[in-house]
Amino acid sequence: MMRVSRLTLVLASTTLVLGACRKKPVVAPQTETTPVAQPQQPSRPTNITPAARDTMEAYRTKLAATRARLLETIYFEYDADDLRDDAKASLDAKIVVLNANPGVKIRVAGHCDERGSDEYNIALGRRRAEVAKRYLTDRGIDASRIETASFGRERPAVQGTSEEAWARNRRDEFEIIVGGDQLRAQ
Amino acid sequence: MPQMMSFCLSPRVLPLFASATLAVGAALPSRTEAQAQPPGVSLSTRYVAGQKTSLIVLAVKGLNGDSVATILSRDFDYSDRFNVVSTSSAPVVNGPPNYALFSKLGVDGIVQPTLLPSGWVRVALHDVSKKAVLNSKDFPFPSPALTPAWRSALHGVSDAVEEWITGQRGIAQTRIAFTRGGRVWVVDSDRAQVTPATPSGMSPQWLPGGRGLVYSVLDGVRNPIMMTDLGTGSQRTLASSSGIEHSSPAVSPDGRTVVYARGSDTGTDLYAMPIEGGAPRRITVGRGRASTQPTFSPDGQRIAFMSDRSGHPEVYISDLDGTNVELLTAAAFGDRDYRAGPDWSPDGRLVAFQSRNGGTFQIMTINLRDQSVKFVTNDGRNDDPSWAPDSRHIVFSSTRSGTRQLWIVDSETGRSRQLTFGSEARLSTWSPRLLSQ
Repeated sequence: MMRVSRLTLVLASTTLVLGACRKKPVVAPQTETTPVAQPQQPSRPTNITPAARDTMEAYRTKLAATRARLLETIYFEYDADDLRDDAKASLDAKIVVLNANPGVKIRVAGHCDERGSDEYNIALGRRRAEVAKRYLTDRGIDASRIETASFGRERPAVQGTSEEAWARNRRDEFEIIVGGDQLRAQ
Repeated sequence: MPQMMSFCLSPRVLPLFASATLAVGAALPSRTEAQAQPPGVSLSTRYVAGQKTSLIVLAVKGLNGDSVATILSRDFDYSDRFNVVSTSSAPVVNGPPNYALFSKLGVDGIVQPTLLPSGWVRVALHDVSKKAVLNSKDFPFPSPALTPAWRSALHGVSDAVEEWITGQRGIAQTRIAFTRGGRVWVVDSDRAQVTPATPSGMSPQWLPGGRGLVYSVLDGVRNPIMMTDLGTGSQRTLASSSGIEHSSPAVSPDGRTVVYARGSDTGTDLYAMPIEGGAPRRITVGRGRASTQPTFSPDGQRIAFMSDRSGHPEVYISDLDGTNVELLTAAAFGDRDYRAGPDWSPDGRLVAFQSRNGGTFQIMTINLRDQSVKFVTNDGRNDDPSWAPDSRHIVFSSTRSGTRQLWIVDSETGRSRQLTFGSEARLSTWSPRLLSQ
């Protein structure tokens, strides 16, 4: 029940901010043609109310957070391709975004740390990408919306030979390949 | 004193003895076998641990004579079959050498190069104990001096002299291709001539005769297997498709077939395709597991490869069509761990591979006849072994110097030397014998 109500809330607020957002193109030409300077608001003369401006700002923040959630990197244990709990939580959050944005397609790219055989790491990276894809498709996301790839150990996120560097390199990276400009905040 | 018996062979007997050496050599000469030799039979033409023929290269008069003597001496040293006495310690030779003086130096063989007015080089090999010239030959020499072709020809001279002595051609006139900074490079076996060979890519493999390279490009788009002709520099795509990783190619000994790993949503499996083009044929069916890093047997009929089908990486052998699969490595270990990067020796007897040991990787060999295993490294992290054409030296990457670099080890003595310096070098492959250039 709580989930449903939260979802309703999210949808409601989305509609609200989307409404606010659509005003923008209408407002913009007005500001350009207004010859009268308004010393009280030199930065951005507009007839948007402070409340609407706050909402737009909130929406932008929310959209950025939505994008960040969809693109959030997930991490793996050494020589492993099973999903950790934090990775599953991240994928669950992506499912919400993907369900609300049916036009969006993503690519999942698996990466490895520099340990282990370089050529086997290409296969391991592929499996790390596939395990994330399978998690998403098992939960209703259409397989045609998810491409997979592997870069083995060839494109490390961070340089170095420390445990910390390795941990940050064993990962799946997410990329929006279709519909990124139409992403709606969740 | 086996050294005293060195060079007791007339050139007429040599070819006969050489073929006998090859047959005996197939049974991996060991100290005990050497001791079991009937007394009176010379050991000089085969390698025996701790008993190396001592060679000296005489100073060479004329332009670049110093370079000739230096390069020949270094080649003999790098062969790990000779104890090389410094050229500078040689007595002055005018006319026939004073064999007694060389004998006092402990020298068994004298290599005497002479630059001829024609531009060729004459090389005489003296047997100190016989007090006679064992062999002599004039070799063509490209000009100008010190060019890659000139160096290659000189390495060819070293290899011929080594064959006069041991019955087996040396490996100085070979090259090693490797991966550095996202492209393929080539270096001579004596670490001269470090040259970029492709605009991008990794995991190079040689075509027969060293005429070109097959390699993979992990560009995130079509991840192709490519082929380059080292003579013309032309590039050709062998396998390529969107959303698929093609990696880890291997070229059949006859140069007609390429086997590579193909990574897709169904896993990573081995495929074979004709190098001149044609439909790829699937070799392994991993059902989500990975098979990669193929290497051909010398007869081209079988492959060794690594697979994690059992849950952890091991080395397997199968026929080229994927049938008759055998687990090669675990038999000798009995435990679960991580073994990868197999490379089949050109003589067919051994497979070199990397094995995780104490948290890091060492290079090992496994004998295909009796499954006996042997460590050939013990220092740093060591990956991706590749055999030289002599089935004795192995190039691999190691972190022993701090950064990942290529090293060469003599699998019989354990002696090693660093091949590359500078930025990270890895995924290397030793050329076959090069076609005369």
